[in-house]
Amino acid sequence: MSTVDTNEAQDLVLSVRNPGITLDLGWLTCQRINRSAAERRIKDLAGRRTVKKQWQAAWLLRALTCIDLTTLDGADTNTNVTRLCAKAKSPLRTDLVEELGVISPQVASVCVYPSLVEVACSSLNGSGIPVASVAAGFPDGLTKLDHRLTEVVDARASGASEIDIVIARHWVLSGDWHGLYQEVQAFRQAAGDSKLKVILGTGNLGNLTNVSKASLVAMMAGADFIKTSTGKEAVNATLPVSLVMLRAIRNYYEQTGFPVGFKAAGGIRRAKDALMYLMLVYEELGKDWLSEKYFRIGASGLLTDLSRQLEHYITGRYSSDRRHPMG
Amino acid sequence: MTDIEELFDELEYGPALEDASPAYDWLRQHKNVFGHWIAGKWTTPGRDFKSKNPADGSILAELSQGTKDDVDSAICSARLALSSWQSLSGYQRGQYLYAIARQIQKNSRLFAVLETIDNGKPIRETRDIDVPLAARHFYHHAGWAPLVDKELPGSQPVGVVGQIIPWNFPLLMLAWKVAPALAAGNTVVLKPAEYTSLTALLFAELSYQCGLPKGVLNIVTGDGETGRFLVEHRATDKLAFTGSTEVGREIRKATAGSGKALTLELGGKSPFIVFSDADMDSAVEGVVDGIWFNQGEVCCAGSRLLVQESIAEVFESKVKRRMATLRVGSPLDKAIDMGALVDPIQLRRIQRYVEIGKTEGGICWQSEVDLPEEGCFFPPTLFTGVHSSHTLAREEVFGPVLVLMTFRTHEEATLLANNTRYGLAASIWSENINLALDVASRLETGVVWINSTNQFDAASGFGGYRESGFGREGGLEGLWAYRRAKEDLLPDEKSSSRLFEKKQYPKSSKTLDRTRKMYIGGKQVRPDGGYSRSVIGYSGELLGEVGEGNRKDIRNAVEAAKSASRWSKIGAHERAQVLYFLAENLEARSEEFAKCLATSTGISGQQEVQSSVRRLFSYASWCDKFEGIVHQAPAGQIVLALPEPIGVFGIICPEESALLAMVSLLSPAIAMGNTVVLVPSEGCPLAATDFYQVLATSDVPAGVVNIVTGSKSSLAPVLAEHDDVDAIWCAEHVELGQIIEKLSVGNLKQTWITKGSRNWADSNIGEGREFLRRATQVKNLWVPYGE
Repeated sequence: MSTVDTNEAQDLVLSVRNPGITLDLGWLTCQRINRSAAERRIKDLAGRRTVKKQWQAAWLLRALTCIDLTTLDGADTNTNVTRLCAKAKSPLRTDLVEELGVISPQVASVCVYPSLVEVACSSLNGSGIPVASVAAGFPDGLTKLDHRLTEVVDARASGASEIDIVIARHWVLSGDWHGLYQEVQAFRQAAGDSKLKVILGTGNLGNLTNVSKASLVAMMAGADFIKTSTGKEAVNATLPVSLVMLRAIRNYYEQTGFPVGFKAAGGIRRAKDALMYLMLVYEELGKDWLSEKYFRIGASGLLTDLSRQLEHYITGRYSSDRRHPMG
Repeated sequence: MTDIEELFDELEYGPALEDASPAYDWLRQHKNVFGHWIAGKWTTPGRDFKSKNPADGSILAELSQGTKDDVDSAICSARLALSSWQSLSGYQRGQYLYAIARQIQKNSRLFAVLETIDNGKPIRETRDIDVPLAARHFYHHAGWAPLVDKELPGSQPVGVVGQIIPWNFPLLMLAWKVAPALAAGNTVVLKPAEYTSLTALLFAELSYQCGLPKGVLNIVTGDGETGRFLVEHRATDKLAFTGSTEVGREIRKATAGSGKALTLELGGKSPFIVFSDADMDSAVEGVVDGIWFNQGEVCCAGSRLLVQESIAEVFESKVKRRMATLRVGSPLDKAIDMGALVDPIQLRRIQRYVEIGKTEGGICWQSEVDLPEEGCFFPPTLFTGVHSSHTLAREEVFGPVLVLMTFRTHEEATLLANNTRYGLAASIWSENINLALDVASRLETGVVWINSTNQFDAASGFGGYRESGFGREGGLEGLWAYRRAKEDLLPDEKSSSRLFEKKQYPKSSKTLDRTRKMYIGGKQVRPDGGYSRSVIGYSGELLGEVGEGNRKDIRNAVEAAKSASRWSKIGAHERAQVLYFLAENLEARSEEFAKCLATSTGISGQQEVQSSVRRLFSYASWCDKFEGIVHQAPAGQIVLALPEPIGVFGIICPEESALLAMVSLLSPAIAMGNTVVLVPSEGCPLAATDFYQVLATSDVPAGVVNIVTGSKSSLAPVLAEHDDVDAIWCAEHVELGQIIEKLSVGNLKQTWITKGSRNWADSNIGEGREFLRRATQVKNLWVPYGE
């Protein structure tokens, strides 16, 4: 299936950055995803796995550390971005941190529009929390390529160490995998050392087979992460779509030895939903994938619900949003 | 490091145990001792055997072993309750079923927990599958109760029904049995499996709370001996059994000739076929659902994994990877995939099979899952290097043991899939709809799931082909199993043969001597034995001779019928053309047939010939009108109930109406695509031997109809014993019926022992849907859709 020698691939360890491989169209043609079966797997999994009590608290904390704390709103200003950064540094009330007896957790990154990267960087200065910038004509990816590439370079120059680019969906819809491959490769080059997260906009891709093919092409072109959605599509992250992307990541890893991360974005607001995503990753890819290195949730409101659930774990009482600082 | 931080680093699932105390409280309310539930109350408990929790061996309750007297009084109580239950309106019966459905839902967790501690299956399954499906079954049939009289015209309730259910889905199997029986107007005596009686007992109590009239439902606990009392009891009208093929055979034997209706849902070795164009990762999850559902203790478990050679290696590694993430543990843990096997006996049985598998050269692969140290646990197991000649590929293990075999083409996949004595279910994985439907149409199984597996719903029928049993449970086809025709068409007490006591006169010599042969494979053949039998006319005149058929003639005829199976594949319209042509050609020779009948019976045969022509015409019309239905399945699924031919038919004709009865039995069978070996009337076989000339001139393909003349009592047993005969109809006396049913156990062929001396000319009892239903078996084909 793959052009990469599998013996060589087996020697590679999980920490290697995916350099991409030559576009393998043969691999794409044998992708077939049955939606009914994928949906059944998701429904089934919800009944097969659960975490309770202290284990649940640990998993909730893990979810917290995988959040790309995000604001991508037309009304974003310096003030709300600064407030979000403050929340990123201390995502959990200190009394809760003490009660849990853990080292103060941090979210994985703060994710903003390019023009707010500098503000975010200075607010987070010293915290070690990276700033992620969306780029490349976000959210539709339909501005001219050179503009989009410049945007990536600029975001990086402004201090973004992670770049969430969107693909132009027409490549997928017209089946021009070569075009998609070349474009993502160009972004990868423009992103340099910054982590490249490739947003597929799965809500626009028509079917799950396209999701699977687009996932593979993005990885072949050198994506560090593949990401479900911009949060601006009518349908954003869903579990069946995530299942397909995770299986693509597994197949890619098995074939090439290169691990690629997964980011679910858009619509994940409840701790319960986040746990479903964690369990899905755990089942499909394994525990090694469940750290901020390879798994992200793009969200903002989720953090508050995680805090509420953790407080419930400590006190046994159901908590309220207003008891937790807003981001 | 703190507790949480450690857990944060480890990131394990941790235990997630369901609280079982409500179930233990319920048991304690009964002081952990139970009698039988007869006539709406508990009998004095016998404390005869213990019900254990297989996950830890602890004793849950002491139960009573049903004696002959217990069974007798349960059946008496059901009999007493029958008339008042039937005098209720369908709506009133429906109300009780509706209340039961509601009560199952209201007590769903109690049922789930009780089932889990009694059976060992994971709480996920009892909570998400067994109990909701059981409730669904009662809802569905609550709706049938008021509809059944109108929707199943010409039928009435069977009467008192004895039901025996297995231990793998205790409550669900109870629902599958009790709901349709009650909805159709019957009363019930049910025996749960001795390992798992508790949910049935909880159900009995709940039915009491719903106000179900006493005696309508009786539950007698006990082992196989109690089951035998129930089976052998004369006063039941029907038996329904789910369990092993072995016990199914015994029940068939025990009830042979009793006139009791019988449905059997037996074992399987179901194929799970993965084509190279399948969504492989989804198919792997299908495998998990197929064989590691309920620890593999599932009659329709996809235990034979058939993978196309071109993807076999990749698929095998995917299955192995998936096996490593399966979790086996306490059945009450909400995050496990497999719980405990039902009993140490079952565990030993599975271990024995695995040993045989290894000895025969199979390669055993088990993932390193953590098994609890105590209790009946067995890891998910995969065997490779298995061939169809190996025990593991042929016998039902009834455990979490999967065998993987490969195939090259879809042709070979179909052959391998059908290369089994069973025919319960099959699963096909392909993204090519043409391929999937083609294979589905060729699999000889009662259920086919495309790109899915182990899907169940009350609205669709479930049941097997071949040695997986007969009768359906669920849906319209399942309801028929609890109804019978309004006219009493039980077999005759004595043979109507009346022709051998007569004085014989020699043949008139005005015409040339004729030789009537047998008709086998489209050819006229001489009897193998070289003997003939005389045919005596009404006046005592010797009319001629027909061949004295023997077992070899039957063998040849069955062989011919089997190789004519293409008949089932041609279109209904084409079959209709042949039947119309038969009608035409018979009519053209009506004078001759009328005369032939007259010489035998002394009465003009004209009317009988005309009726026979009409009957042929009628079934020619039915060819493309006896249709399947599309079930109201769960959303996102199309479930097709397809009536399919059963295969090779043996037909034993009555003495009455030699031509018309023969045509009435033969034509529905061939109209539906079956092929036939027919033994005609002994007294008037010339109608049949003349009829083969009509067959030969009407484009009936060779082998579709085969006629063997001779003694019914010596030919019928050969047909009944023949493993390539799939169904046998006998319109003869009860004793011959009993012999046939006793001998039918070899391949568990479907039998219909019915009245020969009926008024065949009456189209209400001489033809119709009853014949067509019995000439077909229903395949339920599940086709999910979604893109």
